[in-house]
Amino acid sequence: MKLPGARVVLECLKREGVDIVFGLPGGAVLPIYDALYDFEGLRHVLVRQEAAAGHAAEGYARATGKVGVCLVTSGPACTNLVTALQDAMMDSIPIVAFTGQVPTHLIGNDAFQEADNVGITRSATKHNFLVKDGKDLGPIIREAFHIAVTGRPGPVHVDLPKDILVKEAELIWPEKVTMRSYNPNYDGHPGQIKRAARAMVRARRPVLYVGGGVISADANEELRELAELTQIPVTTTLMGMGAFPSAHPLSLEMLGMHGTYYANMAVHHSDVLVAVGARFDDRVTGRVDAFAPHAEIIHVDIDPSSISKNIKVDVPIVGDCRRVLRALLDAVKQEKDDGGIREARKAWHDQIAEWRRAQPLRYEWSDDVIKPQYVVQEISNLTRGDAMIVTGVGQHQMWAAQYYKFTKPRAWFTSGGLGTMGYGLPTAMGVQAAHPDKQVINIDGDGSFQMNSQELATCFTEHLPVKTVIINNSGHGMVRQWQRIIYKERYCAIDLPGVPDWVRLAEAYGCVGLRVTKPHEVIPAIEKMLSTPAPVVLDVVVDKDECVFPMVPAGGANTDMILAPPSREVREKAEKSQTGF
Amino acid sequence: MSANGGEPRKHTISVLVENKFGVLSRVAGLFSARGYNIESLSVGETLDPSVSRMTIVVTGDEFVIEQVMKQLHKLIDVIKVNDLTDDSHVERELVLIRVNAEPQHRAEILRTADIFRARVVDVTAVSFVLEATGDEGKLEALIELLRPMGIQEVVRTGKVAISRGPKTRVRRAPASRPRVSDDPRVVGFAD
Repeated sequence: MKLPGARVVLECLKREGVDIVFGLPGGAVLPIYDALYDFEGLRHVLVRQEAAAGHAAEGYARATGKVGVCLVTSGPACTNLVTALQDAMMDSIPIVAFTGQVPTHLIGNDAFQEADNVGITRSATKHNFLVKDGKDLGPIIREAFHIAVTGRPGPVHVDLPKDILVKEAELIWPEKVTMRSYNPNYDGHPGQIKRAARAMVRARRPVLYVGGGVISADANEELRELAELTQIPVTTTLMGMGAFPSAHPLSLEMLGMHGTYYANMAVHHSDVLVAVGARFDDRVTGRVDAFAPHAEIIHVDIDPSSISKNIKVDVPIVGDCRRVLRALLDAVKQEKDDGGIREARKAWHDQIAEWRRAQPLRYEWSDDVIKPQYVVQEISNLTRGDAMIVTGVGQHQMWAAQYYKFTKPRAWFTSGGLGTMGYGLPTAMGVQAAHPDKQVINIDGDGSFQMNSQELATCFTEHLPVKTVIINNSGHGMVRQWQRIIYKERYCAIDLPGVPDWVRLAEAYGCVGLRVTKPHEVIPAIEKMLSTPAPVVLDVVVDKDECVFPMVPAGGANTDMILAPPSREVREKAEKSQTGF
Repeated sequence: MSANGGEPRKHTISVLVENKFGVLSRVAGLFSARGYNIESLSVGETLDPSVSRMTIVVTGDEFVIEQVMKQLHKLIDVIKVNDLTDDSHVERELVLIRVNAEPQHRAEILRTADIFRARVVDVTAVSFVLEATGDEGKLEALIELLRPMGIQEVVRTGKVAISRGPKTRVRRAPASRPRVSDDPRVVGFAD
């Protein structure tokens, strides 16, 4: 069957089960938009800036487990998209991005809106393609979706020259994708699984350290079963929030730079550390030579290159988290401990409980000024941990991770690896488009929100009732915190005083704007926001001096946590640091 | 072995890749993005024209090389990665040397070339171009011997390598890498 290339692309998307495309048209992709005009069964969400299309696709992918799709034009559209691609790359999110390209005979000619798209996205994607022949469209799109969602998921970019989209081409749709150069390994090595099981059963002070891999492999049930069976406490990375219920008695919540005291202490003193779908990021480990120094390290990961990259691993297991956890569940049942475990484990759980009692997550209450942590707590209470929580990047992100009580996976969306400010609103749009009936709440910062606030227009026109709560501290709070604690209060380039007026900005975009400045107004405002069937921006003016604690200064060991607002002692510690933070 | 993965040394890595547009830049990009240094790289078609072979010489300690191998393998277009360094293999490189050939040196240059089985591929009244193949040691020795005559230019192909013995390679015995049981360490690009 011969069809114009643009039509072939759309037919392929339909066969891949795509129902929503986030995009923004332009010259080079006009043939696709022309074909979209009367194409049935594909919703197009028109964003206001191309990076937002990428982030929305990420939100959709993370919410559904399916591949998110975005479509933008050549040149500047592709360069705008790069941030979202790299974001998806770092966080292993399966998206397929289509960009337009100038006609093949003009490639390399410095044509209008031309950029070396595949050259630019090469290092920001898991793989990319430039289609040079119409008959390759089907097979390439098939491979692109296959690569995005298999193995360690990630973004794939397909560059589509305009003449390929115009010319008629055969629709070739291979039933199966077979690639001799790409065959991810899903089943863990049985011998290594047995070694791991033995170590877990015999461990005196074990900890499970789980990341986003557990969520992308839908392995949360297996994780919970394994943790409960072996009674091993669980700490999650920023990406892993929701993989294990925050309120579970075995939960240590988040570890790392802004992790809980008890999570970091438990990892530090562990004798067996079981990393599952996590990659020993520097925000997790702190100084690597002081990370879990006494532990035998077991690492389950689908990506062999993650293993022994930052930390030397004793028992590497390459495989899909779900399959490996299931195999581990069987294997631990076969293992016998070597005596004395019951007492040792009791002492370990008592020790953790003691750390938890001594240093819980906490902040000082104020009757006059709103504490940001309180806002997150109340959002958590009022939604019973059931909302879809999206964040920007900064202090508010850390408070959201610390104080929201996560109950389930695929309900937490944050830019972990790349730390992309402006991630919140467009990602929330993607989540909302995937789940029209769910409460989607974007907890954002005033600095971060400003980087993509134009997408309020998309929320309004596409009927995406995203709720945004701006933790408004009139500045770049996280930078301010570092300048306060580490740079001796030499504040530089951090103030965002008073503009824009978020309520009026929301209203200008047709959304609902609300503002609160006093603690007692917080609950009614959140209730009002949640019951409004339209996009809402709730501007919460908070204490601008509040800092995120605990905090491990960059380059410090996790046991060097700063637990309270900076005192002289802390500043001296910072000054003495050899790493210079 | 020191705590940081042993002494850095040269490794010869043989990589089979899909013969597709952009593969070279994917491989080169990987090295530059992760801060590894390529000492030499050569590419050519194999018996199967849809497959190319790259021979890459890279210096690094055990941990760097392990990452290089894994990262290469992670590239979608890479079919197979082999570190030939500790296997029995043959390495060759071709070099073209333009050397001054003053009358009083011409005989000596030719004698030296003869010893190294190098060929003269271009002659003028004042210069020779020599072509030589061999492993790194031989070529370095030849260049050193010619240096006093005045070398004008050296052009090298980069190394190619092939394992010895029949094609069905016997699996290498597990590398005798002692386990690092003390401190876990960084690989260098972590920060």
